[in-house]
Amino acid sequence: MSVDDAIRFLPELILILAATLIMVCDPLTSTHRKSTLAVLAFVALLAALAATAYSSTDPGKAFFGMIVVDGFATFFRAIVIVVGLLTVLSSNRFLEREGANSGEFYALLLFSISGQSMMAASNELIILFIGLEISSIASYVMAGFLRDDSRANESALKYFLLGSFASAFLLYGIALVYGVTGATNLSDIGSRMQPDSLLGGVAAALMFVGFGFKISGAPFQMWAPDVYQGAPTPVTAFLSAGPKAAAFAVFVRVFTVAFGNIGDRWEPLIWISALLSMTIGNFAALGQTNVKRMLAYSSIAHAGYVLVAITARSESGVAAVMFYLGAYALMNVGAFTVVGHISRKGERYLRVEDLSGLGVRQPLTAAMFSIFLLSFIGVPLTAGFFGKFYIFKAALQSDLIWLTVLGLLNSAVAAYYYLRVLVVMYMQEPGEAVNEVEPLSPALRLSLICSAAGTLILGIFPSGALHFAVKSAVLK
Amino acid sequence: METVFNHPLFLPVSMIVVIIAVFPLLAGYIVLIERKVLADFQVRLGPMRVGPHGLLQPIADALKLLLKEDIIPADSDKGIFWFAPVISTFTALTAFAVIPFSEKLAVADVNVGVLVIMAMSAVGILGIILGGWSSNSHYPLLGALRSAAQLVSYEVALSFALISGLMVAGTLSMQGIVKAQQDRHIWFIFENYGFMIVPFVVYLISATAETNRAPFDLPEAESELVAGFHTEYSGFRWALYFLAEYANIFVVSSVAVTLFWGGWLRPFPAVAWLEMPLNVGLPVLIFLGSGASSLILVKKLKDPVQQKTLVGAAFLCMGVAVPFLIPAVNAAIIGLFWFLFKVAVFVYIMIWFRGTFPRFRYDQLMNIGWKIMIPIGMASVVVNALLGMLRAS
Amino acid sequence: METFSFYAFAVLVLGGAILTITRRSAVHSAISLIVSLVGVAGLYLLQQAEFLFAVQIVLYIGGIMVLFLFVIMLVNLDEAAKERQFNGQWLIALICATVVGLQVAWFMTKGAGALKLAQVPVAAAQTGAPVSPGNVEAIADVLFSEYLLPFEVASVLLLVAVVGSVVMAKKRI
Repeated sequence: MSVDDAIRFLPELILILAATLIMVCDPLTSTHRKSTLAVLAFVALLAALAATAYSSTDPGKAFFGMIVVDGFATFFRAIVIVVGLLTVLSSNRFLEREGANSGEFYALLLFSISGQSMMAASNELIILFIGLEISSIASYVMAGFLRDDSRANESALKYFLLGSFASAFLLYGIALVYGVTGATNLSDIGSRMQPDSLLGGVAAALMFVGFGFKISGAPFQMWAPDVYQGAPTPVTAFLSAGPKAAAFAVFVRVFTVAFGNIGDRWEPLIWISALLSMTIGNFAALGQTNVKRMLAYSSIAHAGYVLVAITARSESGVAAVMFYLGAYALMNVGAFTVVGHISRKGERYLRVEDLSGLGVRQPLTAAMFSIFLLSFIGVPLTAGFFGKFYIFKAALQSDLIWLTVLGLLNSAVAAYYYLRVLVVMYMQEPGEAVNEVEPLSPALRLSLICSAAGTLILGIFPSGALHFAVKSAVLK
Repeated sequence: METVFNHPLFLPVSMIVVIIAVFPLLAGYIVLIERKVLADFQVRLGPMRVGPHGLLQPIADALKLLLKEDIIPADSDKGIFWFAPVISTFTALTAFAVIPFSEKLAVADVNVGVLVIMAMSAVGILGIILGGWSSNSHYPLLGALRSAAQLVSYEVALSFALISGLMVAGTLSMQGIVKAQQDRHIWFIFENYGFMIVPFVVYLISATAETNRAPFDLPEAESELVAGFHTEYSGFRWALYFLAEYANIFVVSSVAVTLFWGGWLRPFPAVAWLEMPLNVGLPVLIFLGSGASSLILVKKLKDPVQQKTLVGAAFLCMGVAVPFLIPAVNAAIIGLFWFLFKVAVFVYIMIWFRGTFPRFRYDQLMNIGWKIMIPIGMASVVVNALLGMLRAS
Repeated sequence: METFSFYAFAVLVLGGAILTITRRSAVHSAISLIVSLVGVAGLYLLQQAEFLFAVQIVLYIGGIMVLFLFVIMLVNLDEAAKERQFNGQWLIALICATVVGLQVAWFMTKGAGALKLAQVPVAAAQTGAPVSPGNVEAIADVLFSEYLLPFEVASVLLLVAVVGSVVMAKKRI
């Protein structure tokens, strides 16, 4: 292990060490002062962010090609770490409210992020799988962290059982890939994969099952609504952004670098999956009365949009994936944070009607929520607009005309249920739920302002991020 | 005939036959020694009736066990009930395959020998668990659960102790370990500036627990669990469990001897002038002496048949001394002598434990395993690794 | 002899696996799984991977399966056996199984060439590192040089799993 290796692995190292440190400190802190551990986690994440930036100054491979630090890796590392920062900000108050503030939560959060960060930088199927499992196991536990809540338990169990099943498919795919090419390094696989390899196609399909589950793309989306609804809201915010972004990162990297040669085989699969995800997600979200469940279905639909960009199989497609996921992570975490704030102790107020009159009682919260919802729809001047724009542009460049048309129709459908929330917030009398809602705590305020600001900045000045994405989209 | 002797499989096959034929008898005599020694600790006489001083007791016991009715409980899971003792015995005897009795005498020299022994002892646990479960009775089930928990816990500590030893040896092959000690002119117990004594102690304690021996014999604690996992067993199946237990004692002692106490090497393997007194003098002294001393006992016996038997046994014992006087034969068997001698010492120590220590409580057992043995085992791996590097540089 | 051993172990693996999912008693299933794992160990031995053989037995049979049996014995499964099974999707399962079976059969008729397996198992150690004397040494060489990172990171995975199970199982954290 050389110094270069260590520097390129520094963000993960910091996160793992900090998580262990938190575990050690946890028994030494009294029950009321667990917020210190949240501060520790926050600082560690900031340090990891700095390390990510520092390591990107000297890109290259490390540990015998196990991990690779390039623009793509740095971008996704940054996304998952930022998601982690926002989650820490929003979860501290939430956990205190539910009486479950403990060091384990932050330790698991950091472990999960370290796994995702590893996934983002992995250039090898083994390290990819280990990273995925670290991230997943920690998230299973976080989903069921409120153990007295039967819905959280259901959520954790469902997530765990289906997740392990999906991992098994992924592993089966990895085994077949090794059988076909005799390599686990993505670059080696890419160069050895024959374009007419039958078994290679089977392996790609199996791995797609595994990734499809993690990104909650149809037809492997069944778990998402139940899990997202049952999990504690800050965890839901985290689950729908962090693991999803990391899973998309490895998905894109594996399918472009390793399976680039057999692109004709897997393209139809993704095409169908993209269409199904968008349609199922949007139409199912139309009928939901529970905000969390509605956002869960909407996250399935958003996975569908990203799959459209992957179907394009081009560098501009990869750039669009990166930009969209960055925007999506910010607005999604923000939206769920608002929902968690409104829901109050025991998460009682989660119906759409419970938001009525929020615009009167808490104009700032309502304004933020509106920004996120408008961005979900894809209204200009928000990040969501440019995200969708680049995705469909990439799709059109690759002659995916039907998919583009269907995707645009879907966005129109989606506008309906997002706008309904806006109508309820601003055009109805304040109800019982909103009247007693407590003011935003400083941490929550910071978290919301950061996400909202990010959403707006990406929407008004997209060129910086897009430029970086286009530059890093060359995967090899 | 010549081709038969020179066939590469001749030695292994004959070793297998000898081990399977002789070991049950040997186990019987270990039981007799155990009973005699325990009796001596408790100021009793022990078995005295069958043969002079109970010398033929094991044979009588074996016959009795073979002829007893084989009872299978009505509600038991019959297939598993049948098969469980076979697993235990099979694995215990298979472990003998890699034990280096002397430089030439070994069934096989496998390059992962130590791991094979570990694997066999791991599979052997299944015999106990399944036997206890299939009896469909409370005491056996509790005994089986206890033993599973105990064995799994102590196996970790045992492995750590083995790792320390293996690091010094640099090989997993049992013969290779002894040869490494021969090349380095030192028994590994004294290696690393004497620090190897720590893993050895950890090994000894864990091995005692692994073989369900007192003071760790919780799985078959008679005062609370009747007889533990084999409560429902009788006759020959019960005998198989006992055979397995004594085979395991022999195997763990062999591993201790091989890894820490020089295997088939004599003490001070590099000091040439000790060759004569240790390799010839000591065995002759032991066998002649014990033969002669048992002759003294003859007079005290009243029954003439018993007197004649004891005289025969004494002369047999003295006769064993003769081959050690012939240099060619001595060279061939002295390794075996030293190996078995050291193993016998360990078997005696285990009996000694049983006569001395009271049984632990279950929570004490788990505390010792997880909170004392495993940390010490881990620490000794680290320290021995550092010392090893220091020694090598 | 080698062919015979291969088929014997293969029968152990597959027969054990089939029995595992068809036995009604959980303990019988566990025993069948052990048989299957022993078969896998035997196959490792045939490939001259002695270390994997021993580790397979020590870890899977001595560690994991013993704990499985332990848990099965502690839990009262008689009640569960009486419950009606709630997996009512046998038709879909049948269709999936048939499709997979047909795929396998198709690959079989195509022969080994259709699968385009890697001609040489390209182990990392063969790319220039000195050839080690034995199987154990070879594994150690690869594990502690090229695959050092996955090896170390796997311990983080285990740590997370331990922390997670304690968080989920303990009454009060």
